[in-house]
This record gives sequence, structure tokens and C-alpha cells, in this order.
Amino acid sequence: MTNRPINEDDLQAFVDGALDAERHQDVASFLETNKDAAKRVSAYQQGAAALRSALAPIAAEPIPSRLNLASIIERQRPTNGIRIAPMVTAAVVLLAIGASGGWLLKGYSMPPTEGVAALAQEASASYSAFAADRLRPVEVRADGSDDLKNLVSVTIGGSAIIPDLSKAGYRLMGGRVVPTPHGSGLMLMYDDDKGNRLVMLTRRMQVDQDKPMVASDQHDIRGWSWARNGLGYSLVGAIASEHLHTIADEIRSQI
Amino acid sequence: MDDLLTQVEPMIPALRRYARGLIRDREAADDIVQDCLERVVMNWTHRRDANARSWVFAILHNLTVNKIRQDVRRAGIVTIEEMPETTMAVDASQDNTLFGQDVLAAIERLPPDYRSILLLVAVEDLSYAETATVLDVPVGTVMSRMSRAREQLRLILETKPTSTKPVGPFIRRVK
Repeated sequence: MTNRPINEDDLQAFVDGALDAERHQDVASFLETNKDAAKRVSAYQQGAAALRSALAPIAAEPIPSRLNLASIIERQRPTNGIRIAPMVTAAVVLLAIGASGGWLLKGYSMPPTEGVAALAQEASASYSAFAADRLRPVEVRADGSDDLKNLVSVTIGGSAIIPDLSKAGYRLMGGRVVPTPHGSGLMLMYDDDKGNRLVMLTRRMQVDQDKPMVASDQHDIRGWSWARNGLGYSLVGAIASEHLHTIADEIRSQI
Repeated sequence: MDDLLTQVEPMIPALRRYARGLIRDREAADDIVQDCLERVVMNWTHRRDANARSWVFAILHNLTVNKIRQDVRRAGIVTIEEMPETTMAVDASQDNTLFGQDVLAAIERLPPDYRSILLLVAVEDLSYAETATVLDVPVGTVMSRMSRAREQLRLILETKPTSTKPVGPFIRRVK
């Protein structure tokens, strides 16, 4: 037995089994001759045991499915890496569009770089970059405050209206400003109960100030684009073209 | 992210147990655990704490304490002295075989600080150092608080089931 006196911390650590073997033995010997302390320690041990057994059934319960860690990870996965990734994608795609614009001026036959056709490409680039983002697809959330309205009026002018697609089953998630080779555009994002997302890009038009609706199709991303009174609109999404057309008509009737 | 799954998934039963020890309501406790897991997944790669268990428990603890604080604020601050006798009374008709229920009722009468420390050390088997991390206090504080928590629990259990004598203010500083 060592000479160090037994203190209260030793008693606590004894109860918790946190002492090394030698000190544990010291405390055990001490308790043999100190009935009061022994009574107290035994009560502490019983208290801890009672607490453990009272709460044990909770740990034995099947875990509710909403606490399934694998699905929580899955829900967050697209942005587990760096959040910059979608920005980079957008930058690369837009750079490609900008570069091709230069080539077109030199007389080469390249994808459209002006007007509604270019707008459709920019919209699908925004869709590729942000619709897959589960963590922060929009910069400004549609939370009932004026933030989004302010963003809209600053980006494309005060007269702009935020379309309501609730009849088509889509909720407004929010928006963000995206760079395009033709100036800043406003991206609005919507989603439905199944998690389908739609992106609408709006920006001022230099070319094609008024233009009827045209369809576009890039890989699996379909779009409908048009222009009216100097503002261009492009609605894109990975849903059937006819369905998207109906929604685009709905938007056109609202703005 | 595989280590996230292998390290955190086995903790979930304990996380639920800890939350439920602090907040008896099952749904409310699981809400907090869900919130905790979402934060864990989101911040896993950014965590600086090498010990995943105390890091996860610290997130859960803070969320739970915030929730308790909100509930208290909503209900108004009630100290034990102001509480009606019936709220505090331990049902005297309880059979002694329901000792488990008694001990749960007893820890509910402890200040939240004491409840946390008893649950972390005695039930979740966290070391004093891990507990200190979770509660964000020095290890010395863990030791002294542990000693007072155990003593209060002992007094409550030994004077059950008829005593409704307050053992201290019900709402204390929550840390």
C-alpha cells in the first residue's frame, strides 16, 4: 500500500473503475476500515448500476429509420467534397461558351452564342452545376423574407416577377446570381415532392429581345426558352419535354 | 467517408440513450439525435478532434442543452421551490421492483449539469477526459461535479419514495 492518502477523487474513480490496479487496491483496503465511505461508495455503485439498467432498453431498441446513418450520408453526398466544385463546373462550362463565342466571330460554325439559344445553354450549364447540389443549391432561400425579391430586382430589374409553380407541383427553393457571357443572370430553382428540380434562368437580352418559345435538348437536360420585352427566360430540367413545356407556358402566362 | 459509417453508426444506440436520459420524450430525443447525425455527416471531414466519440457526444450534448434551454424559456423559469408538490412527488404506490423508474425520476430532479455528467460517466462509460471535452469544462470540474451529482442522487434515492423535499433549485446554470 502506498502512502498517498485517499481522497474524494479516488473514491469517484474507484466507482467508475478508472484507477490503475495498485491504486484500486489501495482504495479497496481503505474502504475495509472506513465503513461510512464504504457505504457511500456502495450506494454510488448501486445508483450507477440502476441508471445503467433503467436506460439499457433504450439502447436495445431498433433504431428508427430516420436515424439511418447511411441514408443521411447519401442525402448529403453530392457536396461531401468541396463546395467549390459546382462553381468550377459552371465556370468551365461558361468559359467554354465564352471561348466558342470568340470562334464564332472569326466565322467558324460553332454552337449559338447569342440570343435565346445561348441563353438555353447557359441555363442548362446552371442546371448541371447547381441542381445536383444538395447542400447549398441556392444562395438566397425562398424563406418568405424580401431577400429573394431584392436579389431579383437588383439582378434583372424591379419589374421582374417570381413565377409561382405550385399548380404544377413545384415549390420555389430560392435563387442565385450566375455569371453568363452576356452579363449576370438570375437563376431560380424549384423542386417537387419527388426531388425533381427545375432551373429558370433570366437575363437581359441584347439579341432576340422578343422571341417565341423554342425547345432545347442537351444530353438529358431539356429546356424551353423565349424572350419578351428585352428579358430572356429559359426553363430547364431533367423531365419530359412536354411536361416542361406546360410549366414553361404557365411561367410565360405569369410574367 | 467509410470511417464515418464504421465509427459513428455503432454509437447511435448510445446517442439515443443519452438524449433520452436528458429529455424523456422519445420523439423529441430522436429529433435531436437526427440533427446531431446530420451535423456529424456534414462536418466529419472538418473535425479537428481526433476522438470521434467525444466529438459526436459534444455535438449531441450542445444540441440537447439548447433544446432544454428553449423549453425552459418557453415554459418560463420554474425553480423547484415554485413547483407544485404534485409535479415533484414520486409516486409512492410504485412497487420497489420499479427501481429503474425511481432512478429515472430521481435524475430528473437533478440539475441538468449533474444529470449530464452521471449519464456520460456512469452510463456511457466516457472517460473523465472525454467527459470534460463533451461538457467543455476542465477535468477537475468533472471530478467535483461528479462527486456532488452522485451524492445528490444517493440522497434522493435513499429518501424515496415519500419525500418531496427539494434538493436544490431545479433550473441551474446550464453548461
